[in-house]
Amino acid sequence: MNRIVILGAMTAAGLSAGVASAATLDDVKARGTLNCGVTTGLVGFAAPNANGEWEGFDVGVCRAVAAAVLGDPTAVEFVPTTGKTRFTALASGEIDLLARNTTWTFSRDVDLGFEFVGINYYDGQGFMIPKELGVSSAKELDGATVCIQTGTTTELNLADYFRKNNISYEPVPIETNAEAQPLYLEGACDVYTTDASGLAATRAAFENPGDHVVLPEIISKEPLGPLVRHGDNEWGDIARWTLNALIAAEELGVTSANIDELASGTNSPEINRLLGTEGTLGEMLGLDADWAVRAIKAGGNYGELFEKNIGENTPIGLARGLNAQWTEGGLLYSPPFR
Amino acid sequence: MLINDTRYRSYTFQFVALLLLVLAFGYLGSNLLDNLQAAGLNISYQFLGEPAGYDINQKLIPYTSQSSHWQAALVGVLNTLLVAFLGCLMATVIGVVVGVLRLSNNWLVRQLMSVYVEIFRNVPVLIWILIIMAVFIAVLPQPRDFRGDDAEASMVLGAFAFTGRGFYMPAPILGAGAGFVIAVFVASVAGIFAFKNYAKKSLYDRGKLIPTFWPSLAILFVPTILVYFLLGRPITLDYPALQGFNFQGGIFMRNSLISLWFALSIYTAAFIAENVRAGILAVSQGQTEAAASLGLRPRRIMNLVILPQALRVIIPPLISQYLNLTKNSSLAIAVGYMDLTGTLGGITLNQTGRAIEAIFLLMLFYLTISLAISAIMNVYNNSVKLKER
Repeated sequence: MNRIVILGAMTAAGLSAGVASAATLDDVKARGTLNCGVTTGLVGFAAPNANGEWEGFDVGVCRAVAAAVLGDPTAVEFVPTTGKTRFTALASGEIDLLARNTTWTFSRDVDLGFEFVGINYYDGQGFMIPKELGVSSAKELDGATVCIQTGTTTELNLADYFRKNNISYEPVPIETNAEAQPLYLEGACDVYTTDASGLAATRAAFENPGDHVVLPEIISKEPLGPLVRHGDNEWGDIARWTLNALIAAEELGVTSANIDELASGTNSPEINRLLGTEGTLGEMLGLDADWAVRAIKAGGNYGELFEKNIGENTPIGLARGLNAQWTEGGLLYSPPFR
Repeated sequence: MLINDTRYRSYTFQFVALLLLVLAFGYLGSNLLDNLQAAGLNISYQFLGEPAGYDINQKLIPYTSQSSHWQAALVGVLNTLLVAFLGCLMATVIGVVVGVLRLSNNWLVRQLMSVYVEIFRNVPVLIWILIIMAVFIAVLPQPRDFRGDDAEASMVLGAFAFTGRGFYMPAPILGAGAGFVIAVFVASVAGIFAFKNYAKKSLYDRGKLIPTFWPSLAILFVPTILVYFLLGRPITLDYPALQGFNFQGGIFMRNSLISLWFALSIYTAAFIAENVRAGILAVSQGQTEAAASLGLRPRRIMNLVILPQALRVIIPPLISQYLNLTKNSSLAIAVGYMDLTGTLGGITLNQTGRAIEAIFLLMLFYLTISLAISAIMNVYNNSVKLKER
C-alpha cells in the first residue's frame, strides 16, 4: 500500500511542478529559450540535419515564435516527443509549444485542456503499400497487417474505416515513425498508415521510393497545427498570431527577400500594420513593433517554409493542394491584421 | 531524564518520523488536487465505460473497437498474464538446467553455461527484446514469400508456417465426444500421480523399487489414444493456409509474443541459473559423498538428496525473479505487444488524457499481481522448507 501512495504522490508532484505558472511569456523570456516539442524525427517536418540542427516545416513554426518573442530564431530548445509523450510534455510544462503535426480534435481541445492556435497543414490519413502486392484501393486490404503509430488519431480512424467497410485487419502498434520503417520494409506489415504528408516524408527516405505506392483513399480529416496549454491566453495569442503572420505574409507578398525593404514603410496599410510601421499590434501582444518582421525573417513566410521543407522541389514533393492560400483555391485564410 | 529512557526515546522518534511522513504525503496529495483544480481537471474513472475506439491484435477474450476502455484493459491484463506465465515457466526450465550444468564435471559444458549466464545477465532485457524481434523479422520469410509455384519458403510438414510475423500452427477443432477424450486424458495425468505415490509407498513399506518411467508413459498415452479412436476421432485439426495477405486459420502466435516471451525467459533464466547453482552449492558436499557411499547413482543423488534440500535456498530468490519477469513484461510496447501497459497505460491513457487515473490503475494491477505471485510461491515455499517441530 505504501508503495502506491509514494509513487502516486511522486506522480502528483511531477505533474504539479509546471502547471501552476500562467505567464508562459515571462517564463520564456526569463529562460531565454523557447522549449518546443517536435517529433522524434520526420524528414521535412522536424528532423535534425547532418549538422545536428533541427529543421523542417514544424521546426519553422518554433523558430518563428522564438524570433518573435526572443528576437533569436535559434533560441529554441527542441524536445523530441512521441505520439504518446507529447501531451504529457505539454501539460506538465516541459514544453511551451507543441508543433508536432498534431491533429486538432474536439476532445484534445476541450477535454485534454489544450488550445490549438491554428492549422499549419491540412492533412488526411492515407495508406502506403509495396507496389508488388498489386493493390489499388484501400477496400482491397481485407486481412492485411497494418503498421500504425500508437497514441494517434490515425489509430481510431483506422478502426472506424475497417469497421465501416466490414473488412478485417491485423494492427501492429509501433511507437515512432522510425520504428515503423524497418517493420514495413522487411514485410512484417503489408501496409503502413499515417497522415498522407507523413507517408510522403517516410517514402522519400526509402532507398527505392518508386517501389511503394500511396493508395488514393484519404480516410480522414487531419488538420495539423501547433498547440499550447489552456489557461494562458496571452501566450496562446502570441503563438496564434505568429502563425497567422506567416500565412498573411505570403498572401500579402511579404517574403524574407523583400521584407527589409517593406519594413521601412509601404503604401499598403495592412502590410504596414503587420510589419509594425503603423499601429500598435505588437504592443497589444506584449511584444515590440518588429515581432512579425523577425518571425517572417526566421525562415520566410508560410509559402517559403512549405517550398523549402516539403514542397514539390524537395524529395518529399508535396503539392500545395488544400494548403494553398484562399485566393488560390486553398484553405489558408488568416484573419485580418487590424 | 526521559531522554535517557531507551523505550521512551525510540517511541518518540518513531512518532515524529510517522508524523513527518503523514505531513509529507498530505502536502503532496493536496498539491495534486490544487493543481488539478487550477488546470481545470478532475479525477474521474468514467472514461472506463466509454467505447475504446481502437483495435487490439492479440485478444484472449472477445473485443472489438466498440468495446469499452475497461474491456481493453482486461484484454491487456490477460496478455500480460499470458506472457508472464509462459515466461516464468520457460525461465524456470532453462534456469534449472543451466544452473545444474554450471556445476557439471565437463569443462566445456561448464564454461559454455558461464558464458550464457554472463552474457544474458549483463545486457538489459529491453535490448534483448529488440534484438530478438529484429532477428526474427529479418531472418524468417514473410507470408508473401510462401506464394507462387517456386516460392522462396514453404510450410513445415504442410502444417506449420514459420514467418517473420509469427508462427502459424494447426488448431484443434473439438467435435462431439471431444470432451470425453479430454476427460480421459486428465484422468490419466491424475493416474500417473497415483501410480507414483503407489511406487513410493511400495519402496518405503516393502523396499521394492518399481520402475515408473515406462508405465507412466503408457498411462499417459494408451487410454487417451484408445478412446480417441473408439469414439471415431472426434478431434480434428484446422490447418493454416495462405489466403490473401496472411495465413488464415489455425493458431497464430505473433512475433511480438514470441520475442517478448523468449527474451524475458532467457534473461530471467540467467538469474535463476545462479540461484539454482547457489542452492546446490549450499548443500554440503558430504551429503553427495554420503549418498554415493550408499550406492545411489548420480542422477538419483541429484533428485533425491541434493535438489530437495537445495529448493529451500532456491525458492525465496526465485519468487523475486518471477516478480521481476512479470514487471519486465511491461516493456512489451517495444515490440508492439499489447499488454496492460500498452492498452490501459498506452492507448487508453493517450486517447482519453486520463494519465493519473490510468497510472493509478496500472500500479494497482502490478501490485496485486506481484502480491499474488508472492503469496502462491510462499505457500509452495512453506511446503518445501525445513519443518521444525
